[in-house]
Amino acid sequence: MEFYGLVDGSEASLRKFLGTLSGVDQIGAESRAAMLATRSIKTSAKNWAIDLAISMVDLTTLEGADTPGKVRALCNKAVRPDPTDATVPSVGAICVYNDMVAIARAHLDSIGGTHVPVAAVSTAFPSGRASMAVKIQDTQDALDAGATEIDMVIDRGAFLSGNYVQVFDEIAKIRTLCGGKAHLKVILETGELVTYDNVRTASFVAMLAGADFIKTSTGKVTPAATPPVVLVMLEAVRDFHELTSHKVGVKAAGGIRTTKDAIKQLVLVNETVGSQWLTPSLFRIGASALLNDLLMQRMKARDGFYPSPSYVSID
Amino acid sequence: MTEFEYAPALESRSIVSIASEYGHFINGEFVKGSNHFPTINPANEEILSHIALGDAQNIDRAVASARVAFESTWSKMPGRERGKYLYRIARIMQERSREFAVLESLDNGKPIRESRDIDIPLACAHFFYHAGWADKLEFAGVGSAPHPLGVAGQIIPWNFPLLMLAWKIAPALAAGNTVILKPAESTSLTALLFAQVCQQAELPAGVVNIVTGDGGTGSALVDHPGIDKIAFTGSTQVGKAIAKAIAATNKKATLELGGKAANIVFDDAPVDECVEGIVNGIFFNQGHVCCAGSRLIVQESIADEIVSKLKVRMSKIRVGDPLDKNTDLGAINSAEQLQKIKDLAKSGEDEGANRWSPQCTLPSKGFWFAPTVFTNVTQAHRIAQEEIFGPVLSVLTFRTPQEAIEKANNTPYGLSAGVWSEKGSRIHWASQQLKAGVIWANTFNKFDPASPFGGYKESGWGREGGSHGLTAYLKSAGEGGDNE
Repeated sequence: MEFYGLVDGSEASLRKFLGTLSGVDQIGAESRAAMLATRSIKTSAKNWAIDLAISMVDLTTLEGADTPGKVRALCNKAVRPDPTDATVPSVGAICVYNDMVAIARAHLDSIGGTHVPVAAVSTAFPSGRASMAVKIQDTQDALDAGATEIDMVIDRGAFLSGNYVQVFDEIAKIRTLCGGKAHLKVILETGELVTYDNVRTASFVAMLAGADFIKTSTGKVTPAATPPVVLVMLEAVRDFHELTSHKVGVKAAGGIRTTKDAIKQLVLVNETVGSQWLTPSLFRIGASALLNDLLMQRMKARDGFYPSPSYVSID
Repeated sequence: MTEFEYAPALESRSIVSIASEYGHFINGEFVKGSNHFPTINPANEEILSHIALGDAQNIDRAVASARVAFESTWSKMPGRERGKYLYRIARIMQERSREFAVLESLDNGKPIRESRDIDIPLACAHFFYHAGWADKLEFAGVGSAPHPLGVAGQIIPWNFPLLMLAWKIAPALAAGNTVILKPAESTSLTALLFAQVCQQAELPAGVVNIVTGDGGTGSALVDHPGIDKIAFTGSTQVGKAIAKAIAATNKKATLELGGKAANIVFDDAPVDECVEGIVNGIFFNQGHVCCAGSRLIVQESIADEIVSKLKVRMSKIRVGDPLDKNTDLGAINSAEQLQKIKDLAKSGEDEGANRWSPQCTLPSKGFWFAPTVFTNVTQAHRIAQEEIFGPVLSVLTFRTPQEAIEKANNTPYGLSAGVWSEKGSRIHWASQQLKAGVIWANTFNKFDPASPFGGYKESGWGREGGSHGLTAYLKSAGEGGDNE
């Protein structure tokens, strides 16, 4: 059923639906997230969470200075994050700009990493300030190069000026383009939406338009994936599942650098939407530096002491 | 493992050392008691120590020492000097906060997360706040030369042992009074640790006296002719008895009694935070809270949504070992209280309300009660009228704002209330109509030393906290008293 039978794509139907959403109380949301951050995850639970977090990392490089060499190095790390320990799982995906997709895909395939998907940031990432024609071409290029995950940005200018239907239309068009070939992650850039009410509204606009994932941030704006923002998005995903029986994933990206940060995110997932979402197909963490901290914590659990950072590869 | 199961994360109890027997703290020293009774850990019924049962003689000695300290030292001392002692006590409590938190959780059964993050920090905050008042009493609102009342007898409950101690002792001392504190029978340990803090702070002898014991000890304190003021927190029944006992005397009193707070949810409430507030309102401290939001009064149009989300949220509540850092709901404080909760819950079922609790395994030893919600409750049910003082929520519905207010006020109590709405004008309107001493908007169970707390109707007399609470320990220059 198109748009889950909840809206018909018109501005009137979209506004009507968004009007039914309850508001978010800022203080309440922040204090809930702060309370969940006090969960103490130790021993066996911590070991389990570290491996799960590794498998959820979208290992990312999104720099103007990215080169084929840098991307290939990252691919090696993605497939075998710790070359000394074969029990470490591969990461969730590699995330790159669209001109690096073909290089990443080819290299992954050549090193036994066919199971690691390549995600491309798209639609004039990170600002989203381009014509729809450019956004479509941007996405098409990534798909043609073999991306199976598209991380698109929403038009925050349109959203903030109240033009929700434009945001919706753009997502729906990219959704159609992705078809059954690629997973669509919709980046809300919550740091620019500012309020939790906006985050909740934007989450629903993206889900109604067909997002497979809703993603917090580009990583280029702070604040990014703060615990309360992720909490509000998880609540939206849970409510959407209740309405439609459809499971939308969440990707927390930006600012998650330590194992502690990552485990806090997993606790939020566990206590908000439940353990069904604790899988890389429904929760991802967009990060670059995080992986090494996870690996060091894993070594510490295995060996009983913290390794020198020299024992983990820089990329 | 497919579920995210949190491994036990136990706070170490090695930081506390508990003596096998305690005496009273009188005139700056620990004095031996004659009779003792056991105090137990309600989570496993282990005997933690033996507490002295105070009698009239102990009370008499304590009052005498408080009187001497009042007249010779404490009331004569400049306010800024008293303030230094209070700051010192506050800092020592902060330094020893982990010790206090572990001891409180052991003796009371409350989760370490709450004793660590709420009880102890708030208790310290009360001392810091009142330390600041000690040299500014002329601005408290009782004239330019306010005087302390004299010797205060203070009786506190078992639900927030150290926090209630702080609510009582900090303002009394800041205002220049001396005190005799009687902790609750089942939770004396943190008060006795506080006595050690007084010694460590070199507080002058007799300014703080702690006499442990039961109801008999409490009434000996209330009846003692050398007392100028009674401050009591506890049940309405005992509060009434105290009011009668002091009726023909010149003793002043503040009484902090029971409650049956309405938590009113309008259809434009922020749903998730509201559900969180409902949980915090009734399941905080196992529902052993006089201002607990025990009556959920929700607009019919969103009642189903709220109740269904509440049940999902309740199934996430982690019940178990109070010393596990991930525990949300700890042990019921005593066998007696557990029985009372069970009886009232049974009456709810018998009277036709629908009872629901999430699946949860309760420990076999100790006193436990699963988080419980009753739907289809009406004003005529006992569970809508009587204070349960446990993790039991009654859900009622309303159709119009007027009906919500009528139901909320239809109780002999009036301690607190909650209003949930995104509409500011509605929150202000409701707050003006509600007969309750504390009203929270889009939150619940939030406390601050600067904010006055107290009840309407049978929820009590007077206020604690803020300048309101301070003036309950002061009199203006011309005001006389029996014991002057």
